Amino acid sequence: MYRYDEFDHAFVRDRVAQFRDQVARRLSGELTEEQFKPLRLMNGVYLQLHAYMLRIAIPYGTLSGRQMRKLAYIARTYDKGYGHFTTRQNLQFNWPRLEDLPDILAELAEVEMHAIQTSGNCIRNVTTDHFAGAAADEVDDPRPWAEIIRQWSSLHPEFSFLPRKFKVAVTGAARDRAAIRVHDIGLELRRGPGGGLGFRVFVGGGQGRTPMLAKEIRDFVPEQELLAYLEAIMRVYNRYGRRDNKYKARVKILVHERGLEEIREQVEAEFAELRGGALDVPVEAREAISAYFAPPSFEDLPRTSRILEEARLRDRDLALWVARNSHPHKQPGYVSVTISLKPIGGVPGDATADQMDKVAELAERFSFDEIRVSHEQNLILPHVRKDDLPALHAELKAVGLATPNAGFITDIIACPGLDYCALANARSIPVAQRLSERFADTRRQSEIGDLAIKISGCINACGHHHVGHIGILGVDRKGEEFYQITLGGAPGGENGGEDAAIGEIVGKGFSTDEVVDAVETIVDTYLKLRETPQESFLAAYRRLGKKPFQEALYGR
Amino acid sequence: MASHATLKVLTANRLSDGRVVYLGETGWTVAIEEARLIATPDEASGAEAEGARAVADRMVVEPYLIDVETETGGILPASLRERIRARGPSTGHSRGAAA
Ligand code: HEM
Ligand code: SF4
Repeated sequence: MYRYDEFDHAFVRDRVAQFRDQVARRLSGELTEEQFKPLRLMNGVYLQLHAYMLRIAIPYGTLSGRQMRKLAYIARTYDKGYGHFTTRQNLQFNWPRLEDLPDILAELAEVEMHAIQTSGNCIRNVTTDHFAGAAADEVDDPRPWAEIIRQWSSLHPEFSFLPRKFKVAVTGAARDRAAIRVHDIGLELRRGPGGGLGFRVFVGGGQGRTPMLAKEIRDFVPEQELLAYLEAIMRVYNRYGRRDNKYKARVKILVHERGLEEIREQVEAEFAELRGGALDVPVEAREAISAYFAPPSFEDLPRTSRILEEARLRDRDLALWVARNSHPHKQPGYVSVTISLKPIGGVPGDATADQMDKVAELAERFSFDEIRVSHEQNLILPHVRKDDLPALHAELKAVGLATPNAGFITDIIACPGLDYCALANARSIPVAQRLSERFADTRRQSEIGDLAIKISGCINACGHHHVGHIGILGVDRKGEEFYQITLGGAPGGENGGEDAAIGEIVGKGFSTDEVVDAVETIVDTYLKLRETPQESFLAAYRRLGKKPFQEALYGR
Repeated sequence: MASHATLKVLTANRLSDGRVVYLGETGWTVAIEEARLIATPDEASGAEAEGARAVADRMVVEPYLIDVETETGGILPASLRERIRARGPSTGHSRGAAA
């Protein structure tokens, strides 16, 4: 795991001290709200419907037990005893007091955490595959590169005042689990023609009010030249990106308006100037960062675990949980485990302080002290011995964290919506809860198979509804909550997210009372029309198109 | 007589902790039942002036008027957004936190 050096420590401590001073000046009246707002946003502090909200960065989604315990401590001491994990591998606290925020940031700094780059028009917290460093199909661990990008971007003066926020995601496997195609820049670590490592680069993706998939701008950038290439993109964006209209300021609009070819040419021209210069990442520097992410000391274990095989024959719950919530690992005898934060009827992504403490303890006992946060709003223990799965399952079950639903219809992503968010049109969480209750039966979920529902309370798309197999968007119709449904979206998948798609609007929206039934109608239609039980919802939708679903929903 | 729908109250978030507050008869309150009902344009500008003063005094941020109804006895905001602000989240760990 990455550890701060003296520079990082000093930098974060300085920021805390600065913010303490800024809060004091705000409270004493030296700063007006207009002056203070940009300063608090630079430290992840928003003002929402009911209170301030603090967004904490979890770089590349990786946490240690000690860090998780600190989050639990903050939840208990300064908030209402829980936290909310988000689609950007962040954690949000919904109730901190402004007066306490400097202390909270100081607590975070003690465990090498902060809230910098979680807001504002900068390069945001870089996200990655939650199975990074563990996945069986990975070419290499993408986290050293996420860290290198973080170091390059966080202090870069040119990137503090971009036309708009800027989001980068990196995957280390051809199978994209980081939704790279809906980021401003998406990177896929791959081997080049000569066998060396490098990146396939996608640019111009994003969700929000104009959803677009990123396009491949270069099929290979050698790893040592990555920063030069990224800087070339940022220069072009900084020069031509629209600052006149906030909705048109994202790089996706630039790529769309000028065309990929023109952008590529300009980026190549900048790149030609920059490569081979100060931005080249020397091998030693890369290796020094990679050392922080060195694999833990795995044991040599057989591929199958007798202990597990015997236990799963006896225990149906365990068998189902293992089938759904464990994932192939590079190291024989190990798996990665999804700890679902989607209990039936629960709030997607919420974890109580007690649960966080428990996960910290289990990570220390069973996963080399590592935890990941997934963009699907779940937690991951990346390196668990198969032999330990029965014991781990029992522990998780005791604290309500063993829901066997990873990737099932109840593994719903939902943004805070109108229950918290000042920008919302409609609530998201209660819709997620009702859907989860409607489809609670595990046998029914198994029958339906992989199906991702994603819900946003407004067009900003924080809940990724555009890339939900079934997407739900809250809209305001004459003061009433209404929900528009999209079908066929997908966040990524094989071959650098080739499967990614923006969902299509199926028809007119549904009221709060109707929306759960509407989803059920869609699911039943799929079950009726699929060719085999193996044909997933997404595959069936792509084969059938939206017509049969429209007929089922609107009777035409 | 003014119709009930035109009644208003002044709301804001408290600077120190962000919590939702309303302008009451004698100061700011977290309880919407204690909010001062505003029926006329004069009362509205008076309340807004008090709001501006409270901003200058670092009590609150971003005060604004909202429509309310009183048919049910208490004070009920007209919009869902303001109802949720008044009562707290409708679900989850902090359900009703403002009630
Ligand atoms: C609670 C306060 C929040 C506010 C005020 C907020 C605001 C916004 C806004 C304005 C956008 C649109 C940006 C654009 O299109 O240029 C956006 C996008 C997004 N937000 Fe949030 N958000 C909030 C919470 C969250 C949460 C809780 C999550 C994660 C669950 C999240 C994740 C995202 C993602 C993934 C996007 C879309 C990706 C993209 O930028 O294209 N946000 N948010
Ligand atoms: S999608 Fe809209 S409602 Fe949901 S958190 Fe984002 S800004 Fe708020």
